[in-house]
This record gives sequence, C-alpha cells and structure tokens, in this order.
Amino acid sequence: MALIELQAIEKHYVMGDQTVRALDGIDISIASNEYIAFVGSSGSGKSTMMNILGCLDRPSAGLYHLNGKNVAQLNQNELAEIRNLEIGFIFQSFNLLPRANALSNVMQPLIYRGVAYKERKKLAMTALDRVNLVDRIDHLPNQLSGGQQQRVAIARALVTEPSILLADEPTGNLDSRTTIEIMKLFDELQQEGHTVIVVTHEAEIANHCHRIVELKDGKISNDHRQDGVS
Amino acid sequence: MLFALMESSRSAVASVLAHGLRSFLTTLGIVIGVAGVIAVVSLTEGLSASVTDQFQALGTDSLTVRSYTPIKDRMKGIQSRLNDSDLSLIETRVEGISSITPILFARRASQVRFGSQTTFSQIFGTTQAYQDVAQAYAEQGRFLVNSDSKTRRRVCILGETVREQLGLPRNAVGEYVEIGKEWFKVIGILEPKGELMGFDQDDRVILPYQTMQSLLGNQSQTDIQIQLTVADQSNIPVVVARVRSLLRKAHGLTREDDDDFRIQTAEQLSETFDRIITTVTLVVGGIVSISLLVGGIGIMNIMLVSVTERTREIGICKAIGAKRHHILMQFLVEALLLSLLGGIIGLLLGYGLGVLIAMSIPSFPPATIPLWSIVLALGFSAFVGIIFGILPAAKAANLDPIDALRYG
Repeated sequence: MALIELQAIEKHYVMGDQTVRALDGIDISIASNEYIAFVGSSGSGKSTMMNILGCLDRPSAGLYHLNGKNVAQLNQNELAEIRNLEIGFIFQSFNLLPRANALSNVMQPLIYRGVAYKERKKLAMTALDRVNLVDRIDHLPNQLSGGQQQRVAIARALVTEPSILLADEPTGNLDSRTTIEIMKLFDELQQEGHTVIVVTHEAEIANHCHRIVELKDGKISNDHRQDGVS
Repeated sequence: MLFALMESSRSAVASVLAHGLRSFLTTLGIVIGVAGVIAVVSLTEGLSASVTDQFQALGTDSLTVRSYTPIKDRMKGIQSRLNDSDLSLIETRVEGISSITPILFARRASQVRFGSQTTFSQIFGTTQAYQDVAQAYAEQGRFLVNSDSKTRRRVCILGETVREQLGLPRNAVGEYVEIGKEWFKVIGILEPKGELMGFDQDDRVILPYQTMQSLLGNQSQTDIQIQLTVADQSNIPVVVARVRSLLRKAHGLTREDDDDFRIQTAEQLSETFDRIITTVTLVVGGIVSISLLVGGIGIMNIMLVSVTERTREIGICKAIGAKRHHILMQFLVEALLLSLLGGIIGLLLGYGLGVLIAMSIPSFPPATIPLWSIVLALGFSAFVGIIFGILPAAKAANLDPIDALRYG
C-alpha cells in the first residue's frame, strides 16, 4: 500500500472570467521511505502540488489517499489535524515564529497535539539534538544563521514524527556551502527511514533524490528514478 | 480546554510583553475608564458611609416637625406657622413620645459679642428636653433647666465654635456676652459635635425658650419647630400619622388641602441623601462607561493591527497544525489580558485618586472601595476585552493558511 496515492487530482483557480488549471489530472503514487523531488519551472503547478500534498489546500477534484485515508475533502480543522499528525513542513523562508526561541519553535506543533510541557521539551530536545543544535536552544531566529534556522525548522518538522517531510525549496535562501550541509541532512534522514518530498526548481537539489517528477502545465511530463548522486 | 487556555495565556503574556509600550497605550482607555469609576465610587461610598454614621448619631428615633409654606403661597405673603398650642396638642394627645421640645429660631443669624470680638451664629431658644432630643450635653457648666425658661433668665449656652470665635477662655462659664443689645450670662459650653454635611454643629447659641420668645416680641408671628423622640423606634410611623392628623385638624385643613407642615425623620434625611449619592454615582458611571467603550474599541483596533502584523505567524501555526479554536483562543486571551491589565491598573489608580481627593478636601471622609465595585470593574473590563476581542480573533482564526503563509 502506497503512503500517498493521488488519483486524477485537479486544482482550478478562477481568475476573473477565466479558469486556471494549476493541476490538471495528476496520478501518482508515492511509497514509504521514498526520496522524491517535484521539479518544474514557475507556473508548472509545483506550488499547488506542494499545497495539495501538504494538506494546506483541497483539490478541486480527484482523490488523495494519505496513509490509507482520503483527505481530499476534509474541512480546514480536519486538515489542520492531518498536517499536525502526518506532515512535517520545511519552507524556503524557514518560517520560524520570530518571537519564540529555537526550543519553543520546535515545541510549537506539539501544543496543538495537547502534549504537556515537560514531554514537549523532552521531544523537542531530541529533535534539536538530531540536527546538532542543542547549544542554540535559547536563541531567537534572528540570532541564528540561515542554515541554523533551517535546521531548527527541520527539527520542528521531525518532532511530530510525521509520515512525510515536505520541503519547499529548502535551500532557496541558503548559500552553497550551507545548501550542501542541509541536503546532506535530508539524505541522512531518508536513510533513517523518513519519506522525503522536495519541491524545487534546482536540478542540483533534485539530483539528491532517487525519483524525479517533472511537472509542466499542471501535468506530469516525466517521472523517472535514478540513483542518488550525493 | 484548560490546557489550551494555559498555552494561550503563555503566548498572550509573551506577546503583550513584546510590545510593552503599545500594550500600555492600548489599555489606557480601559485604565482611565476604570480609574474614573473607582475614584467616584470610592469617594461616594466613603461619603455615604460617613453620612449614615452621622445620621445614626443624630438619633434614628427622633422626629422634627416644622412649618411648610409652598412657594406659591409665600409669594402671596402667606406664611404657615407652628406655635405653642400645636406643641401642647402633640405633647398631650400623642402617645409613645419620650421627650419633646420646641425650638424657636431667631429670625436671622444674629450677632454675638464678647469684648471687642463679634461673630454671627445660629441662635435659638429651647427647653431642657432638647438635651435628650438632640443628644446635646453641656461639657462645662450646665444645660438649661425649666426654671431658666419660666423666669426668662438672660442665660445662654454656647457651642464650641462660638466660644472660640469670641475668644472666650476655655472655661467661659460665668462670662457675659451681648446678644441683640442684651447681656446674657454663659452657663454652659456644649460638647463639640463636629460637622454634618458641611454644617458646623458647634456654631450655635442656645437660650431658654421663653427668653427667646420675649426677645422676639410679637407672639402671633412666631413659628417654632418641634423636635421629639419616640420611646420605641418601630412606633415612628404611628406617631407620624397621629401628629399629622392632629395638626391637620388643628390647622383646619380640608381634605383637598396639602399639609402646611413637614414631619421629618432622621431616616428620611439619610434616605434622601442616599438617593442623591446613588444618582450621582449612576450619572458619573454612565459617563465613565463611555470611556470604557472607547477603551474597548482601542483594544479592538490594536488587536486588528496585531492580527495583520502576525498574519504570517498565524499561517505558520496553521501549517504546523493549529486549528481554528487554537488561533481564536490565542487572540481572545490576549485581548482579555490587555483589558484585565487595564482594569487592574485602573483600579489601583482610581483608588489612589480617590484617597488623594478625599485627603485634599478638609473634613471629607476617607475613600473606601466596596468589593462589588472591584468585581464590577474587573468583570466589566474582562467583558469589554472579550466583546472587542472576538472580531480580531475570528479574523485571525479564519485566515487561509496558504494566503497567510504567503503574506508579507
């Protein structure tokens, strides 16, 4: 049974009097522990793909089974719960809470699960330890470098032990040295058993992945497997 | 629920502290509103408590009967009067009276002179029974006795204020003062009573009743007050009714005529006063609640700004799993915290203000805050916070996560 099963997914946006088909009949199945990249130029439907996969948005039509559950037509609150349980987001601009320190940022998703403070702290420390940031736990985001901020974000994604790590241009705001460091971290996480989905337009990043799906005009134009080049 | 509340409070405190000055300015409307309410309430409560005490001291078992002329009649030159026959009528025909005394005022405040010192004072004639009725006792010397009145002795009893103003020695008994071109021997000094609603109760000169009558001359023109005490306080309504019907009959009033006299009880006076205080409190409270309304709008305004500022944060929280009620609660608790903070600061400020005002006005009773006003002030500010927090909080909770993440 595949972890993710998309069938005939469509997403339409109405803009003025014309309808934009951002996704136009996507069928794809992603297994557990895959390392997969969605690539494509701007306007190809990448972002919409990421929003649908991340349960931030609902498709206009089609079926989306995540972990065997159809999540295509859930309401906002149910989607929030799915996001909290199943998905770990890593964003291009890190998206850390600016007034919360590294530890609080990592603990944040556990609040919505109703985990008590002590337990939250313990889990968050484990996650921060995984990304080697234990010595920075009381730093605010603006006191951390870009690479460190992205590692905090990865720890925040890991702390809930989600089914999927969903990274949207995770190195887009980083220099090349830090990019290598972060991608190495993704490689390791995949080897440890996580399912990693990366949405990117950079071939270099995509090449880390074992499967590359190309999007064009809301359709899958290419889907091929390769050995990791890392 | 409790868990969510605790987590929301934690983040609300952090958020309020993060914008210290802005938070303070936001709450200012509430601060001023609550401070206003509390200052007014603490002053009026203090005043009311002290007045009640003073009326209690006056004696709740005493009645005063005085003549009453409607303004319409007064303009025609008609003057209602009470006279000695009314007094003896009440004395002989009403049961349950423990003591009764007439009071005859000089027609205008008269001059009293001692040596080169002169002063104006309230001068009236009364009998020995006044001592019991008005609880007025001589601190030095003696009070009036019946023979003083019968023989129209030229003697007087002075209040403490009069004694001081005339520059009489502390033991003034035996000195002579001049009242209306006649010499009076001082036979006693009254115990000081202090002020009642701004009236100095020690600024008075008491003469024997019949001495006063002889000073005033023409007997048919006199108008006396009658003060009496009842033996049993619960009997007051009966005594009042009896006195009323007797006087109406004696004055030849028909069914259509209004009373040409008034019977006042100490309780009535204190009730009247309470009514005035309550009205003042309500009016000021109404004005001040407008300030609270404005304060609430201020909070709503800043919360709306805050929601816009934190759109991206809200998006992040939603992306990592915050549901509508998490966001709603967070902003609602923040608004509540702001308004309660304002309420507490206002409470302290208002009390301080009340104390300050009470202290700066001489002889004003000390300010007191009743518990209900604290509960009311805090409850009302919490209410304002929630009511005006709902709109911004709902706006935040309803944000779309994708739009919110893309914001800014």
